[in-house]
Amino acid sequence: MTGIERYVVPASLEQAVECLQQLGEVTILAGGTDLMPQSQAGRLKIKRTLMNIRRIPELKGIALDGDVIRIGALTTISEIMRNDLVKKHLPVLAEACDHFASDQIRNAGTLGGNICNASPAGDTLVPLIVLDAEVELASKPDGKVYQRTMPLAEYFVGPGKTRRAPAELLTGVRIPLPPAGHVARFFKFGTRPALDISAISIGIAGILNQGVMTNVRVAFGAVAPTPVRALHTEEALEGKRLDAATIESVANVARDEVKPIDDIRATAWYRKEMIHNMTKRMLDHVAQA
Amino acid sequence: MSLKHDIEFTLNGVKRRATVGVGMTTLDMLRDVIGLSGTKYGCGEGECGACTIVVDGASLNSCLMFAVDCHGRNVTTIEGLASDAKADALRDAFVLHGAVQCGFCTPGMMMQASHLLACHPDADADTIKRGIEGNLCRCTGYKKIVDAIASVGETAK
Repeated sequence: MTGIERYVVPASLEQAVECLQQLGEVTILAGGTDLMPQSQAGRLKIKRTLMNIRRIPELKGIALDGDVIRIGALTTISEIMRNDLVKKHLPVLAEACDHFASDQIRNAGTLGGNICNASPAGDTLVPLIVLDAEVELASKPDGKVYQRTMPLAEYFVGPGKTRRAPAELLTGVRIPLPPAGHVARFFKFGTRPALDISAISIGIAGILNQGVMTNVRVAFGAVAPTPVRALHTEEALEGKRLDAATIESVANVARDEVKPIDDIRATAWYRKEMIHNMTKRMLDHVAQA
Repeated sequence: MSLKHDIEFTLNGVKRRATVGVGMTTLDMLRDVIGLSGTKYGCGEGECGACTIVVDGASLNSCLMFAVDCHGRNVTTIEGLASDAKADALRDAFVLHGAVQCGFCTPGMMMQASHLLACHPDADADTIKRGIEGNLCRCTGYKKIVDAIASVGETAK
């Protein structure tokens, strides 16, 4: 705490990216629900400038933009959970938000914060990956504001590490409207329903047509240094009829594909078995629905 | 020396100014700078809910909120419930149902319960249990607390 030399509260996106460009060593504050305990515990040192982005209007709101739902980075988990567009088009994301921490933390924590915190167990990350979400990143390197997008699945580098450049600000998430026949499922396993960090989480999505899944997306949380897309598992499921034999073989591929570690929440063996069993159960549910 | 910042906000209906450390929690500001000790420090990491306050109509853990971020906002603490008729009914229900034992979780529990009832006036036991997931009580086993909150929901109808 003693290292903070400057506190800035930009009123616009342009001011914020200017600050990032000019000041260099900046820690970004949004909801604070991760930053505060991590800085208090000494796991994270706030840099010379603390920049509070909560007053920036461009980072707020959920809106339909053509065939994309755009969720501003400052949208809280509670706001996502209660939003009609999300409930109608992205119910899997609303469901994941419902499993997120507690009411108090959902009311403060933001989507942008959950993404930039880059925990391998972040609750919104797995559903967003299977929904083909992209992140928007803004910067102002030479007097003009630039915006780029990147698939969320490529955004994570390691625990707490992303491809966001120091002078960039994550401004929001763009999620394509799911097509007809789209199904998506999310599962989070922890030891209690509230305030738990996943031991594993699973997202499965695709288009289901006459018992066959295509455009398959599978992602796993808390089995690797980042949330991961499971490309082998996707391939095993793509275009196949969802019968018992397919489901068993896909679940086996999933178990072989993940390389988890032992930690305080679960052993590697247990995580692999959970990935197998829950992938199987989720696909059984999709097949029966 | 840690960087200080001046803020102005509404606390329990009254405009306040405070000078706070930039890395300081809202909980520390309330207790140590302003001197309102009704909001409790339990775990300091958002797990127990003893420090729950309401900011701009949403309940939050004050131990996770930067004090500087209170600037311009409307903050209610347990002391602010003293002048609230609905909170009086909730307090009486806590007493009547024996929902207070050691009392340490009670301010946070009351804040979360009043926020819950503001959002869901007719909350049933399941909604109440979900609503207070972020508040730990080590004495009561929760049943008396859930009963107390549910009784106010019903009488409010």
